[in-house]
This record gives sequence, C-alpha cells and structure tokens, in this order.
Amino acid sequence: MNHAEKTFETRELSISMGPQHPATHGVLRLVLTLDGETVVKCTPHVGYLHRGIEKLGENRTYFAALPLTDRLDYISSMNNNVGYVNAVEKLFGIEAPERAKFIRTMVAEMGRISSHIIWLGTHVLDIGATTPFLYAFRERERIIDLFEALCGARLTVSYPRVGGVRNDISQEFLDELYAFVLEFPDRMDDYETLVTENRIWKKRTVGIGVISPEEAINWGLTGGMLRGSGVNYDVRKHAPYDAYDRVEFDVPLGKNGDCYDRYLVRMGEMRQANRIIKQCIEKLPAGPVMADSPKFTLPPKEMILKDMEHLIHQFVLITKGPAAPEGEIYSATEVPKGELGFYFVSDGAGKPYRMRVRAPSFVHASVLPRLCEGGFVADVIANIGTIDIVLGECDR
Amino acid sequence: MKPLEIADKITEKFPDEVLDVREFREQVSVTLKKDRILEICRYLHDDPDLCFDYLVDICGADYEGKKEKRFEVVYHLYSIERCHAIRLKAEVTETKPEIASVTNIWAGAGWHERECYDMFGIAFSGNSDLRRILMPEDWEGYPLRKDYPVEGTEREWPGFEAVLDRANRFKKFDWQG
Repeated sequence: MNHAEKTFETRELSISMGPQHPATHGVLRLVLTLDGETVVKCTPHVGYLHRGIEKLGENRTYFAALPLTDRLDYISSMNNNVGYVNAVEKLFGIEAPERAKFIRTMVAEMGRISSHIIWLGTHVLDIGATTPFLYAFRERERIIDLFEALCGARLTVSYPRVGGVRNDISQEFLDELYAFVLEFPDRMDDYETLVTENRIWKKRTVGIGVISPEEAINWGLTGGMLRGSGVNYDVRKHAPYDAYDRVEFDVPLGKNGDCYDRYLVRMGEMRQANRIIKQCIEKLPAGPVMADSPKFTLPPKEMILKDMEHLIHQFVLITKGPAAPEGEIYSATEVPKGELGFYFVSDGAGKPYRMRVRAPSFVHASVLPRLCEGGFVADVIANIGTIDIVLGECDR
Repeated sequence: MKPLEIADKITEKFPDEVLDVREFREQVSVTLKKDRILEICRYLHDDPDLCFDYLVDICGADYEGKKEKRFEVVYHLYSIERCHAIRLKAEVTETKPEIASVTNIWAGAGWHERECYDMFGIAFSGNSDLRRILMPEDWEGYPLRKDYPVEGTEREWPGFEAVLDRANRFKKFDWQG
C-alpha cells in the first residue's frame, strides 16, 4: 500500500436512480448505495404507475374490465387480453371455437415478437448499441400496422373477447402476415449479426447478473428469466391453452443464467413465435369466431340491430353482466414477460368479487437487488434491461 | 399428483388445521387455520412427492360481512418438477390481522407479502422488509379492502396537497428578466 492510498478516506455514497432515468424503462426508482463503483445495496421503489386495476376490475362487469388489461403491459396488450379472456372463459366454463383459438394464438405470438423486439432494441441501446434499436422499430411498426388492420387499434387492442375474438380476419391480413413471417427470419439474422457475437456486447453481458436454476425458481421467476437459467418451465407447454397443443414449437433454454443467456433465450423465442404464427396461418380452420353460449357472450351486432330478443339480451349482459358460477379459479398464460395469472373469486354476481393479477414484472423487479448487489454500477443498467419489466404491469 | 390427492395428504398430515377442501374446475383450494401455515408450507416445499418449489402468488382477499373471519391470505403453489398445483387459503381475523411470513421458504414471497400488507393491512411476522410498496409510505387506509371507496377517500393524500401547494407558489413567481 503506498502513501497516497493511506491518506484517502472513502465513504459510501447513496444515489437515487430514476424514476425519470431513461434506462429504467418507465418509472422504476432504484436507491443505490455505492462504494466506489461497486453496488453495496440496491432498493427498488415501485408504485409510480399504480392505478388500482384490481380494485377497478372488482367494480366492473367481466366484459368491461377487458380494456383495463390492455393497460397492464402496454407494449403487449394482446397477450394480456388473451390471458384475461382465458381466465374468464375458464370461470364461466365456456370454450371458444377452434378458429378463434388459432387466431388468438397467432395474435398472441405477434404480440410476443413486438414485445421482445422492443426489449431487444432498448436493452442493446442501454448498453450502447444504437443501430439495432432503429431497425427493431421497423419490425414492430409492421406488426402494429397489422394490428391496426385487424381491429383498428394499434396499442390497446382489446381484440380477443370472452368467448372468441371480436371479428374474423380477412384474407388480405393473412397474406400480409404471411409475407412478414417469411421475411422475419432474415431480419432476425440481421440482428444476430449485429449483436450476438459483438465483442462489446459479450463483455457487457456474459457473466453478469448470474442466477442459478434453484434460486431462479425460489424467487418465482418465470419466462425468459427462468429459462435463461435452464429451467424448462413454459405455461404454453405445461398447461396449454388456446391452440398451443396443436402447434409445434421448442422452448429455448439457457445454461449459465446470465444476461447473455437470457438474450439468447429471447432471441430464440422470437424465432419460435414466428414458427407458431406460420403454423397457425397454415392450419387455420374455418368456422365461427365467437362461442354460441348466449348466457355469457354478447350476441353479434347485426342481430342486435335486427332482432328484439338479441337486443334485450345484449342490454342485460352489458348492464348487469353475465352471472358467473360461484367459485374461484386461477388461470395462467405465458406472456412475453413471463407468467401472467388471473385469480378470480366469484360470488355469483356479474362482477368478480376479487380479481387478482399476478404480474411477472412485479416478481422480476423484486429480484433486482439480488442481481445488482456486489456488481458494478454499469451492470445495473444491463440487469434492468435483462429483467424486461414494464412498470404498468408491475404497479397495476 | 391429482390436486385432491394433495389435499388428502395435507389433511392426513395436519388433520386439525384443515377447515375445508373445495374443488372447482379441477382446481382445489384448501382452507387452513393460520397458526401453523409456516409448517404446512415447509412440508409442501420439502416433501419429495409434493415438491412445491415454485410459489406462484400470494394475495389477500376481504370477505367483509360474508365470512366470520374477515380476511384470507391466498397462496398459489406449483411444482415445476411434478407439474401439479394447489391453492392454500389461510383465514385471518380483522382484530388481529397477522400471519407468519414464508420468505424463508420462497425468497419471492417478500414482495407479494408487502403488497398484501399494503392493500389489506395484513402483517406478515418474519418479513424483514414489511413496508408499503405500491402506495406512498404515509398513505392512510388499505385500498383493496371492501369498505374503502373506489373513488378514493374525501381527504386528499397529504403528499398531493404539498405538491399542489408548491405548484401554486411557483405560479406566483414574477419574472423580472
């Protein structure tokens, strides 16, 4: 130890990162205690986007709460809708027609691609690569344009409905989507060329934020976070919903549980999502897109305009809500971020007595101290990117 | 393992603790007394046949005027290894809303318990970081309780009043160039 080191005295520094920090992807605030460049303690503060969606859901009919779920994870609202309608259908005990199930699977995978592509763009941007971000938005824009052609909305879609989907899809839509599907693997190759073997990228992500499989399960991680550690758990495989048991796809797994493996897993998931969409288009069966169970689903609009019975029916369903059977269910779906679960307690009324949203982002935000403590400040940014959270879902 | 078999196993092991077993849409909920919840969870986590390694969710529920004991803490458990699930519900009274924390078994329970405390006012003894999580620290009342109005209480949150106050003061600022 030389003289200069002896005379300097260091002390810990406490800084607040966020809630307006651009690298926190929303309004996440971290209070970091630093010893030089090393993070000694990390305390996440969430709740800036808390809108009381659970409370609001308990005071609305099952139909009227659907648009609220758009606002959970607002960059993949389609997946939230699919999760919600699956839960409600399970509670009501109705089943969507085959065609609707395939359409839902298809649009959910489109949502997965658009969400993962934003994650890719922002994650690499945080670490310093600007180029993929610009290209990523090109692909996302195409998917969003397709959503617009499908249902008129770009972000908050509310397209899947209890008992099916809002409207049937057109041949033009399918043609355009098919063209996208054929093109997409090449685009993925482009991204992989830019990022996967990039030396700076590997330096910043390999061995960063390592979490072992046992620990990942113990923390309740799901989605890419869990599979990056090599645990084969995917709701689409474990408890298939919609048409996932009729399409072929693999579940990409990581080995080391670090940021780089999670990156590889999500890249693999995008390719698999593309594969699922392709199969859905090819296998799409003909038939209705709405279940025929008048007690629980809204009648078609053209019938409401023509027929008195249907008009009365719609009126009762909208004002009072469909009377759900008494009981409680938990239903989970695999959204881009992880496992999104809905827990409903029904007392037989037209509104849920208790509606609970199990948000993957909430759980993933809670693991941040575990990932960041002991590492460098710069790695905090990599860790925030890798957990892939959306604060709208985290805070609900 | 079938969910009802799991429920039978719990009843066999803890006969005095199980109050009710109910099945709905192939999902089973086991209602329990709260006193030995930690022991039951430990058993479910460690038993090699059950092996509930993944805690899906913890949430509260308020049954004001509907049930004798007002609150319930609901645990959703899943076993990634054995692919089976169960739902546990522990009854908690209004006069002493307290239950043991399961953070020592599942690390992920910490934030779920904090949220439950924030929304229902149920304290989890043993959780080392039991603070409000979604609402501000000085918030009054527990928003997800049934007697809490949807549109919010009449009195504004003091923190918001302070922000309004400051905004009004800034408006009066006269720019002199």
